[in-house]
Amino acid sequence: MGSWKTPEDLKYTRNDEWLRIEGSIGTIGLTDYAQNQLNDLVYVDLPDKGDTLKKGTAICAVESVKAASDIYAPISGKITEVNQALEDEPELINSDPYGKGWVIKFEIADPDEAADLMDAAAYAAYCDSRE
Amino acid sequence: MTEPLIYDISVPGRCGASLPGVDVPQTPLPAELLRKELDLPEVSEMQVIRHFVRLSQLNHSIDKGFYPLGSCTMKYNPKINEDMARLPGFAHLHPLQDDEGAQGALALMFQLQTWLAEIAGFKAVSLAPAAGAQGEFAGILMIRKYHLDRGDTQRTKILIPNSAHGTNPATVTMAGFTVVELPSDENGDVDLQALKAACDDTVAGMMITVPNTLGLFESHILEVIKTVHDCGGLMYMDGANMNALMGVVKPGQLGFDVMHYNLHKTFSTPHGGGGPGSGPVGVGEKLVPYLPGPVVIQVEDGTDDEPPLYGLHMPEKSIGRLKAFHGNFGMHVRAYTYIRINGDEGIKDVTRYAVLNANYLRVKLQDTYHIPYNRYCGHEFVLEGHFGDAPDIHALDISKRLMDYGIHPPTNYFPLIVPEALMIEPTETEDKQALDGFVDAMKKIAAEARENPDLLKSAPHTTPVSRVDEVRAAKQLVLCCRPVPEWAE
Repeated sequence: MGSWKTPEDLKYTRNDEWLRIEGSIGTIGLTDYAQNQLNDLVYVDLPDKGDTLKKGTAICAVESVKAASDIYAPISGKITEVNQALEDEPELINSDPYGKGWVIKFEIADPDEAADLMDAAAYAAYCDSRE
Repeated sequence: MTEPLIYDISVPGRCGASLPGVDVPQTPLPAELLRKELDLPEVSEMQVIRHFVRLSQLNHSIDKGFYPLGSCTMKYNPKINEDMARLPGFAHLHPLQDDEGAQGALALMFQLQTWLAEIAGFKAVSLAPAAGAQGEFAGILMIRKYHLDRGDTQRTKILIPNSAHGTNPATVTMAGFTVVELPSDENGDVDLQALKAACDDTVAGMMITVPNTLGLFESHILEVIKTVHDCGGLMYMDGANMNALMGVVKPGQLGFDVMHYNLHKTFSTPHGGGGPGSGPVGVGEKLVPYLPGPVVIQVEDGTDDEPPLYGLHMPEKSIGRLKAFHGNFGMHVRAYTYIRINGDEGIKDVTRYAVLNANYLRVKLQDTYHIPYNRYCGHEFVLEGHFGDAPDIHALDISKRLMDYGIHPPTNYFPLIVPEALMIEPTETEDKQALDGFVDAMKKIAAEARENPDLLKSAPHTTPVSRVDEVRAAKQLVLCCRPVPEWAE
């Protein structure tokens, strides 16, 4: 319990996505808690470069041995890069959710949209509350 | 597993079939369509029979043991259903037979439509959908057409509680709508505040599973229905769980506009292994003209001497056909038989015993397993398959270990709103001994989880195939166990 990694430099959603903001570029992935809940991932239905993201709407889906689940956009923007490695190795999300398991990078439309996302401490507490 | 592949018992030149001589002029196939090699097993009839009987005996089935697969209603399928479906007048009927020559079949379909409508309190029923998912699809297409016909074109959303069947969001997406997911409250009911906030003139309707996937009857169902109706939306009920309501609650009378039935769950037609399924849809007044067709109608009234004349009819604003011909007719015969052998009181008893059995198991297991939303349930309930003092044990391990006790695992990891979910549906056809046997097995497994967790982690031990690598099975979709022939590459 409470053993999920929640890096300090990231923002988090209630749907268990993480967001890293570096200048005007955002990176999105699934959290350690999410990958643990989903169990072994077997497929990531990757979106296309150039797709538009709208805060709170589904970007793409992941499938594990347990369930299929959507990844939602934490904030709006336009996809600039997709992690093609996940096509053959969806398990990267399990082994390295905050590193090699990133899902997309995107051009941030409005950084203010990130204001209501959780910081690491709030997200860790949110994970614990669901145990 | 010891049974060889049928190809491995093949002997060149052996033949199990003897075809009659040709009594029509021969027409050779065009040369370019002929294959030089056809990789079929060469076996005798006896070899075929023994091979497939042995394979079938390696399987678990409801005829062999307890099958509490939640959400699936794996009840016993009475053998009289099979007798009736094999009556030559039904079994040998051609789907293109003219109506006059198929009156018996049409009368049966008409009667089944009438009974299903009565059981769920609807105005009319179409037997056309071939399965539950197709019934859902038909229902949502009817809602769509209803709004569009009224020029109500801004309704693009369908509300779905997070305790619904997983097919519901898929259906909504297939029908061109957007899904709006509603949270559940602490009792496992729809969060009424969230529902009210979501209801406006862009809502085409709501799809709700009753009882929901937690096995719980929605406590505020009338308020939910009224809220959606007040904003102009229609109510779809996923009737897959009718085994908890049949003969006791009529969804049409509650205010639902449309619902599908799963004949292969509630009405004892075969389920799994190819069924096929059958998912009729029932509708209230508003949607009658939109039913998928054809439906069976009475063309001429009967007299004292003559039975009525039945015919096929396409409703005036029908969403159209869902498949060729008239739905899965063989399943209509079985469901009709099931309703006939049970009768009015029997149908009510099915529901009463299904609910009693589920609650019996729930109460017997509540001290051993954590049951979230632990209140009086419908035909099924969900418990958590993990223990605080045995952290390495998961729902999957408990499921696998149950197989060693000769019991089919419950549905696991669904619904998603319960962690490590094990969803248990005993159905009405199990007796007290079978239920007690299950309780014993579940309690023994809970003890084993603490004393000898490896026994669970490495289960099953007594089945023809031991623990499979699920990740590899999902990622490497190689289903052909022999080299792929050149022509198929």
